[in-house]
Amino acid sequence: MKKFINDIDSVMRESLGGLVEAHPGLLRVEFEPTFVSRAVRATNKVALLSGGGSGHEPLHAGFVGQGMLDAACAGQVFTSPTPDQMLAAAAAVHSGRGVLFIVKNYAGDLMNFQMASEMLDLENATVLVNDDVAVENSKHTTGRRGVAGTLMVEKMVGAAAEAGASLLECKSIGDRVNAATASMGVAFTSCTVPAAGRTTFDIGDDEMEVGVGIHGEPGRRREKVKPAGLIVDDLLGAILADLKPQRGSEVLLHVNGFGGTPQMELYLLYHCAAERLRAQGLIPVRSLVGNYTTALEMAGASLTVTLLDDEMKELWDAPVHTAALRW
Amino acid sequence: MNTPMILEAVAAVQRAILANEAQIESLDRAIGDGDHFINVRRGCEVAVSLSAELRDLPPALALHKIGMKLLGTIGGASGPLISSFFMAMGKELEGLAEPDRAEFAAAFASGVEAIKLRGKADVGEKTMLDVLIPVSRLLIRLVDDDAPLPELCAQLKEEANRNMLATRDMIASKGRASFLGERALGHIDPGCKTCEVAIGAVCDTVLPSKLSQEAA
Repeated sequence: MKKFINDIDSVMRESLGGLVEAHPGLLRVEFEPTFVSRAVRATNKVALLSGGGSGHEPLHAGFVGQGMLDAACAGQVFTSPTPDQMLAAAAAVHSGRGVLFIVKNYAGDLMNFQMASEMLDLENATVLVNDDVAVENSKHTTGRRGVAGTLMVEKMVGAAAEAGASLLECKSIGDRVNAATASMGVAFTSCTVPAAGRTTFDIGDDEMEVGVGIHGEPGRRREKVKPAGLIVDDLLGAILADLKPQRGSEVLLHVNGFGGTPQMELYLLYHCAAERLRAQGLIPVRSLVGNYTTALEMAGASLTVTLLDDEMKELWDAPVHTAALRW
Repeated sequence: MNTPMILEAVAAVQRAILANEAQIESLDRAIGDGDHFINVRRGCEVAVSLSAELRDLPPALALHKIGMKLLGTIGGASGPLISSFFMAMGKELEGLAEPDRAEFAAAFASGVEAIKLRGKADVGEKTMLDVLIPVSRLLIRLVDDDAPLPELCAQLKEEANRNMLATRDMIASKGRASFLGERALGHIDPGCKTCEVAIGAVCDTVLPSKLSQEAA
């Protein structure tokens, strides 16, 4: 394992410390329990709180700031944070208009946030993100996973909350964005959790995992690597089969790198994907390309499509000032 | 069962879990995501570290405090599940300084019920409930029948072991193993192994050492 580490047990603490030191006017961090919040706390708005295992940076702490989250709780690498963190964060950032939890759909995240929601003495609601179409929704599983589409939910609900939307309105926008969003990814390599010290799964030099999760979980199938255009066909095929958009729909196209794939390839993917969307009569009117929801150093990428309406376009365009997203 | 006995049982569980590290880890690597043992070990460490602070508290409060501490320590899915177990047990024992067997059996059952509710799972889904639910039912029956302690413990250990082994032939419908579908067949559920080890350790603590050896 070759990683920039001083001590395995202090990786998260030092990394969050660095994030906040690099953006001193924007962020502050508390430890025991751990959460990152805005340096200047907002007033008179619904407090948006998210969190999850570490290893997906910049998700979620990189999206704390004006126009997006109020606080983010980081767990150990790929392990859900705990309710005491969520309760402390909620108590610190709420401003009297309720707390909205934005939670990726994994058993651990779900249960910890549920317990926090039950224990929290403030009005609160939860938006569950489950945009990954690689895992079929069936009664035999926990259901679809929350992956790169989480950013779309956090950005758009963030804009609505900043504009004064109520807790119920924020929850309803979050659910609507989630329903309009679908993602699927491919991995070329595995990733190494620092505490484990070895790769999460084995994969051949000429193989890829189609439908991989953001923790290196298995997807739909293992295949030989093939040209980018054909990979995009597979991913968009599954995404559009799920979203069933009408011809002429406007969409947001997000190409997300998993941490180990260069921007050059991500833009190449954007080129292929935008062309195919247009060929299907869809109009990519908004875009986002980069490493936003990562799986440590995994090579690979995911595509996310959100079907936009006028309100969602406005929410996406609204100003945002966070460590990882700013316009 | 008073608080010092509960704390002794917790320490015994920790020793037993550590002694079974290799097997629990290899089961989790096969069908889990490889962090079960690390999480359980971390949980045992903090639960044991509370001993001095809890010794003089009534069982209800001691169990509640263990649950709250675990909730902030373990994380993942097992954190809320295991802490719900302790908190529900504590709630059931409120007002009792030294619960008798029937009261303890009822508390154990309500702890198991809390795991069931929190995890929205039941028997047959290849989770720790496949050991906990049958053991809890048997415990209530044996206490009702006034079974002698050595026999009670021997039967509970037997029941835990048999049900743990039976998960080998199950497809998981909850937890990380559920993503594997039929690939989970042939592997024992690591959470069941942990529960079997823990139940065995608790049984051994409540028996005087000589009887314990005979029962084993």
